[in-house]
Order: sequence, then C-alpha cells, then structure tokens
Amino acid sequence: MSAPNVVKSMRTPLGRVRSLGSSHSGTTDFWRQRITAVAMVLLMVPVIVVVMMMLGSNHAGAAQMLGSPLVAIILLLFIVASTWHMKIGMQVVIEDYVHHESLKLAAIMANNFFSFAVALASIYAILKLAGGV
Amino acid sequence: MFLSIVHRATGIALYVGTLLLAWWLIAAASGPTAYGHVHDFIASFIGRLIVFGYTWALLHHLFSGIRHLVWDLGYGFKANERETMTWGALVAGISATVLLWIIAYMIGGGR
Repeated sequence: MSAPNVVKSMRTPLGRVRSLGSSHSGTTDFWRQRITAVAMVLLMVPVIVVVMMMLGSNHAGAAQMLGSPLVAIILLLFIVASTWHMKIGMQVVIEDYVHHESLKLAAIMANNFFSFAVALASIYAILKLAGGV
Repeated sequence: MFLSIVHRATGIALYVGTLLLAWWLIAAASGPTAYGHVHDFIASFIGRLIVFGYTWALLHHLFSGIRHLVWDLGYGFKANERETMTWGALVAGISATVLLWIIAYMIGGGR
C-alpha cells in the first residue's frame, strides 16, 4: 500500500504553471523586454533625427529644441523604453554571472536604483525644459 | 557564437552610456555653463571617441536585437539564415555608424 506520488496540493501540475507560472512573476520581464525593444526599433529614427538636428547648437538652441513638445515626447518615450529595457537586461546579466546570493541581491537592488535614477533625472530635465516643472 | 556575447557587451556599454545622455539633458536643463562643460567634453578627442563608440554600440545592439526578435518569432534558424543575419547585423551596425558620423560632420557637428 505504498503511495509513491503523494498529492500535497489540490492543484494540478498544469494549473500551477498556467498564467504566471511557479515563480509567480512568470514571463513578465521577458515580455516587457520585447515590448521595449520593439518600441525602440520604432523610436530609433526619430531619436537619431532629433540628435542630428541638435549638433553644434549652443545651450539656447538645444534648450529650445528639447523643450518643444514633439522632441520632448520622442525623448521621453525613448528614455522610458531604454531605462526599462536596460534594467531588465542588466538583471539577466547579474543572474547569469553573480552566484553569491547576498551579492546578487545587492547587485539587483543597485541595478534598480541606477536605472530608476537615470530615468527620473532625464525625465525631470526634459519636463523642466518643456516648462512643466 | 562570438557575436552573441557582443550583443551582451554592447548592452552593458549602453547601460553605462546612459549616464552621458542623462548628463547632457540635466546640463541642458541647468544652464549655459553646465551645457558648456558637456559640449567641451564631447568635442574633445576622448569625448568624441566615447560618443563614436556609443553610436556603434547602440546601432549594433539595435540590428543584433532585431535578429533576436526574428528568432523569437520562430524564423531564421537554418544555418545559412543564422549566418546571414549575424553578419548582416555586424555589417549594418558598422555601416550605419560610419554613415551617421559622415552626415554629422557634413551638417556641422565637426565644431
């Protein structure tokens, strides 16, 4: 009367991995990495045009252009997509190479701080130039 | 494949490179003096080298990334397709970088 397969949960194995999966965060980062990647493929040409238009300009010219709505919106979209994308990308790199548990957690935390700080600083600067802050 | 690690390496370089982008935007929001510092740095030889490297890293990561998106969709796994896309990304990245810098110098970025 041995029971080799003791059922500890009422949920089926399929039910456990459906939707968010066993890690409870599932493929969210994988998917967001692709969304932000495609966003930047679309944004690359406008961003290059904006940077090209600003070459050689002095502070007044650059500030005026960065503050114009279309340029500001293009750069804001690019900053959100790129900082989000790089945060996920660096986390993958950390998880691949840093195997010491506490060091890994510290590195992931530092990665979050860095990415968020770069994003917020850049967004603040653009909003200030746009006259909103 | 050697170029797989290049995708990761350019990604890490771009991660650090965002500091330059953020510095430029903050300086523009701060005023002419701060903007002048950024301008002087970018106009210097080292600055230009860094921005050139940043341009290549960005464009290589872009084309190499498109290759990954094609793979994600389930295409391009045959040996010759993999080779073509990988070399295509490398050549496109370098060509686009050189082309953009030629245009940049032509429209007055040489100052």
